[in-house]
Amino acid sequence: MTMTMTNPQPTAEEAAGTKRLTAEQLERLGEELDAIRQRILADLGEEDAAYIRKVVKAQRGFEIAGRALFYLPPAWPLAVASLSISKILDNMEIGHNVMHGQYDWMGDPGLNSRMYEWDNVCPSDQWKNSHNFIHHTYTNIVGKDRDIGYGVLRMDEDQPWHPYYLGNPVYALLLMVFFEWGVAMHDLEVENLVSGGRSLEDNKPLYPGLLRKMRRQAVKDYLLFPALTGPLFPLTFAGNAVANLVRNVWAFNIIFCGHFPAGVATFSIEECEDETRGHWYYRQLLGSANITGGKVFHLLTGNLSHQIEHHLFPDLPARRYPQIAEEVREICERYDLDYNAGPLGKQLFSVARKICRMALPDRRKAPQDDVVEPVEVVTEPTVAA
Amino acid sequence: MSTTTTGTTTAPLGSLAQRVLRSRTMAALTQPHGVDRYLELVNPMWAAHEVRARIADVHREVDVPGHPPVATLTLEPTSTWQGHRAGQHVQLGVEVDGARRTTRVFTVSSPDSRPGDRFTVTMRANPDGVVSRYLTGRAAIGSTVHLSQAQGDFVLPDRVPEHVVMISGGSGITPVMSMLRSLQRRTHRGRVTFIHYAQSPEHQIYAAELADVAASGHGIDLHLLHPELGDPALSPAWLERLVPGYREVPTWACGPAPLIEAVHGAYDGSEALHVEYFKPPRTGGGEAGGEITFARSGRTAPNTGESLLVQAEALGLRPESGCRMGICFTCVSRKDEGTVRHVVSGDESSLPDEEIRVCVSAPVGDCTVDL
Repeated sequence: MTMTMTNPQPTAEEAAGTKRLTAEQLERLGEELDAIRQRILADLGEEDAAYIRKVVKAQRGFEIAGRALFYLPPAWPLAVASLSISKILDNMEIGHNVMHGQYDWMGDPGLNSRMYEWDNVCPSDQWKNSHNFIHHTYTNIVGKDRDIGYGVLRMDEDQPWHPYYLGNPVYALLLMVFFEWGVAMHDLEVENLVSGGRSLEDNKPLYPGLLRKMRRQAVKDYLLFPALTGPLFPLTFAGNAVANLVRNVWAFNIIFCGHFPAGVATFSIEECEDETRGHWYYRQLLGSANITGGKVFHLLTGNLSHQIEHHLFPDLPARRYPQIAEEVREICERYDLDYNAGPLGKQLFSVARKICRMALPDRRKAPQDDVVEPVEVVTEPTVAA
Repeated sequence: MSTTTTGTTTAPLGSLAQRVLRSRTMAALTQPHGVDRYLELVNPMWAAHEVRARIADVHREVDVPGHPPVATLTLEPTSTWQGHRAGQHVQLGVEVDGARRTTRVFTVSSPDSRPGDRFTVTMRANPDGVVSRYLTGRAAIGSTVHLSQAQGDFVLPDRVPEHVVMISGGSGITPVMSMLRSLQRRTHRGRVTFIHYAQSPEHQIYAAELADVAASGHGIDLHLLHPELGDPALSPAWLERLVPGYREVPTWACGPAPLIEAVHGAYDGSEALHVEYFKPPRTGGGEAGGEITFARSGRTAPNTGESLLVQAEALGLRPESGCRMGICFTCVSRKDEGTVRHVVSGDESSLPDEEIRVCVSAPVGDCTVDL
């Protein structure tokens, strides 16, 4: 189909209805969004630099406080909270955004996308390939964007159902708990190994970097820092594990609210062939969803609560997203495009529902077989056209 | 004219502290960011690996109205500075207005330095130079700059020859001045022929010190020349008269391109000649055309005006790339020289040694990229 909305009836009218913009409109949309981009780029300067440095300072402060508080057993919950915040800030507002090149213009090697490493078991260079390139270029193109279900889950009706997906909610829960490990394994494309689209040989170059990063993270959190607290080793060990878990759960939930709430559009490979810049913007707009909330909440999400703005302008400093959100929303209204935004609870509920619904075969399609050929997945012919 | 620092000085970290900070355990504890990312938040002069310096003094050497001034900066480096050999240069990065760090190369003008020693750099405030203009005009005493270790092999050998010739022009005097000062400190007993070209006596950098050198002699044969005021320009005949058999005499030359060309011509491939010149920003004519060079692979082709990535691929190169639309930063490469235009914004940039996204950068005129 030309476009599958995730609400129940992908009928012909609707599929046609969502692809509302003419080539000319798309071009104008692209120009308007390019203009915002240029304006912000020209305005980057001291405030943006001061902001990210302040966040870095806060993150290092939380980190040191967290590590230090483990020496005071009664302060254990505080230590865990502090370290959790440090890891969340490090991975989201700093790591994710710095590795997007948002601060490369500062010329600071400590904030450079090519040099930055995050406090996470996934090596930055592998993450940058699957995220910055694959996910941000092919956002929500079923069969190309491996972030749709991360190769583990069924998150879209265009992914053919298979009995394996009955476990969808369980897999989602496991992915949430072990999220950083899931992210680290993402580039190994295990689902393609199973389907035969990728060989173990292809993964070989990835192993050394992956193992090195995992070892370093594990040595730091589960050996050295616990050992430094002497007899408190088990408490510190557990505290570090909980902090990593908190970050995993938080990051998973925020990220899943970015592309999987109801109403977010997915696209087929065909309709994105020879895509114009305008259509790329259009796809980013309809393929992302925002979470509403306060300032601290936005900071803790790394401003991924402005997923729409982030997908339109992935290399603009994230602190700018709230500033341009109003303008983007206004543009959406003018072009009659959905601007998908809602509070965290609503978006999470919507995502959870989809995870469960996708576990079951699609009720509205023709009576399905128990086994679906996994090969026909991607280039399924249009239902609507 | 000179202002001396009144700010507090930071004692270098003790050697035990340094050993701890540089240890593998500390690296494992502070990974992935590294210990310097924590130390700098406490005090910018604390470092275990990186080199930074505090500006201790800014001294105007030359200030001719209507011409860019020349100034000498005294830098007090972190204890990580490993010292330098006379003639070497250093990369110096400043954050203008707290944001964009820009890095340029400057020659160390003080004599050989040991680890942690203060040293000086001398620079002309290039009218288009963000860094030199900032450092000579606006940088506050006590502010911090970022450094590399000293680099370059334009240096005197450990065993200095009996007779050396130094030829320089304009601000190219800095490395040979560092050499001359080092030789004086090392009480070199041989002979030095020191030839320098300046626009006029008012433009003479280190005029007072050179006058002292000329007065006290000690085997230093000093020639300060101003061709614009009628002094002889550099020629084989003139050199031969001054230093018979000069082609066999170890020579160090540094200066603007025309001077270096003249020196090359005069020495005719002699192995006794060592030269150094600086890369000026080159601007294209604003038209597509010219020639692109991919330095690492040694490929050259006429510039088609397409993005550098497309042109590299057309030549059979396979640079790393991703989105091909400027968002993923996979293809960032160093442009050695030339002008590029951003294909979306139309912005042009001509800085040498600049990191660019080759997928959205189209060369304007000649361009060299490290691919």
